[in-house]
Amino acid sequence: MQARLMLMLLLAPALLWLVGLIVLPHVELGILSLRERVAPRVYQPSLAQFRTFVEEPLYWHTFMRTALMSIVATAITLLMAFPMAWTIAKLVRGKSKAMLFIMCLIPFWVSETVRTLGWMILLRESGVMPAFLVWLGVTPAPVEMLYHDATILVGLVYTSMLFMVIPLISALESLDDTLIEAAYDLGGSGWSILRQIVIPHAAPGIVAGCIVVFMLTLGNYLTPTLLGGKNSQWFTEQIYTQFITRFNWEQGAAFGFLLLGLSTAIVWIGLKLSGQKFGEVMQKT
Amino acid sequence: MIASLPRPLWLRASTVIYGVAFFAFLFLPLVIVAVFAFNDAPYPAPPWRGFTLDWFLGSAESTRRGLFADSAMLGSVWTSVVVAGWVTLLSVLVGTANAFLIERTQFRGKQALSLLMLAPLVIPGVILGISILAFASRIANLADDVWGLELEFLRPGLPLVVLGQFSYIASIATLTITARLKRFDVTLEEAAYNLGASRLAVLWTITLPYLKPALIGSAAISFLMSFENFNTTLMLVGSDAPLTVMMYGRMREGATPVLNAVSLLLMVASAALALTMMRVPKAADTYP
Repeated sequence: MQARLMLMLLLAPALLWLVGLIVLPHVELGILSLRERVAPRVYQPSLAQFRTFVEEPLYWHTFMRTALMSIVATAITLLMAFPMAWTIAKLVRGKSKAMLFIMCLIPFWVSETVRTLGWMILLRESGVMPAFLVWLGVTPAPVEMLYHDATILVGLVYTSMLFMVIPLISALESLDDTLIEAAYDLGGSGWSILRQIVIPHAAPGIVAGCIVVFMLTLGNYLTPTLLGGKNSQWFTEQIYTQFITRFNWEQGAAFGFLLLGLSTAIVWIGLKLSGQKFGEVMQKT
Repeated sequence: MIASLPRPLWLRASTVIYGVAFFAFLFLPLVIVAVFAFNDAPYPAPPWRGFTLDWFLGSAESTRRGLFADSAMLGSVWTSVVVAGWVTLLSVLVGTANAFLIERTQFRGKQALSLLMLAPLVIPGVILGISILAFASRIANLADDVWGLELEFLRPGLPLVVLGQFSYIASIATLTITARLKRFDVTLEEAAYNLGASRLAVLWTITLPYLKPALIGSAAISFLMSFENFNTTLMLVGSDAPLTVMMYGRMREGATPVLNAVSLLLMVASAALALTMMRVPKAADTYP
């Protein structure tokens, strides 16, 4: 009896949280996305919102673009983070190891807004980098370095770096050094060791990092809008416009579900490809 | 290659060059923000025109209103602190309850429930925001239609911001606290029961002190994540803007170095918080 009461007491907050703030709101979002306004305060079930998405090139173009850019940003982040994770996990020892690790963390104690402000001051036409390029004599006059796709990628990679570095380090640290030594003694080249020993071993960490980075990138709003300006065309921006600016909740809800579907699909594919379980990956990050 | 193997010179050199470039990439934006908080110019842009503290101390009447005279900005900092305080409190409480639920009880569907607890981490923040916004306003409309009640807290505003941020930060607190409770040696509790301690006494003197590092750690993470949150907050915000939303608004308009000043303050504050955090768990880890 007492155990039963205890269970109820512990279950209550979890259920309130998950049902009240996660499950029911998403059901509501689902209902919204599957209806259409026919007259003031009169709605009927319909697929009109999704039809608009398919028929309006701007929308699905933005959607595909967001997905592709997120994949590119994830790949760049992985390529940039891997050598640093390797350096921290395998090359340096003791104090300098701890120091490098902390140095990777520091920028992420500061809010994304502050980091984006830094990039804006660096890259805008009147900013530091264009002035520097003029001073070097590379360009005759300051060039606008904001509002390009490359700028958005730089910002996204920057914001995501930590979430890639940490799972990579923990995956690489568990790799036994003697395995690499043995492979080396047996005549393995750097490349074949990387491909046949290191990457298979680090795969869980790589997948965990990629999933988290991809999701954060896909759902990012601040970096694309500020660094990309009017050219950013990010899908979260469409959701914001529909929901908040135009007050077209039905359309916004449909877009929300499309984004959620895309992110779930990619996470699922990532897990399938690497043969891992969602719970385990989340524990790692 | 690893440290114990010989590495050719070019490889060592390129490791160093890469390392320097990597950290330059990480730190350049922050350094730039900090430096231009002190530039004697109306906009945070080069060239350097000399050192000034105007962007901190400038009075409200002058053309250069400094951070400490900018009541809107200071107000938004306070708003963020209040929101983060509530989110932290709720997340740690619910996270602790969840940890006990996962580690100490058995019931059907536990596996599914603990998986569902991780779901908020893979839902984009924007979607958490709009779904909670839509659901809250459905309830508010229902209450209005049926009972004629005006439930103000379910309209966009700070209570919804708190709930929105809590909805995913609770997952992080749950993960952190559960991980620590998992490693707890239950025989310690059994010994205490054998010695005649009550349930409450055991919880208070044995289990909670053991969990303390995780509780403090998750509180710090929750506070920081709430303070920095933008995506979910933007969707749920009413008339009182927390700091990130306020800064975003000003960044779009092309703001004065006051933004740099407040950013520098944030950097110092979060560095201080993080550094104290790093000391605390080490001291507390030696506990039972």
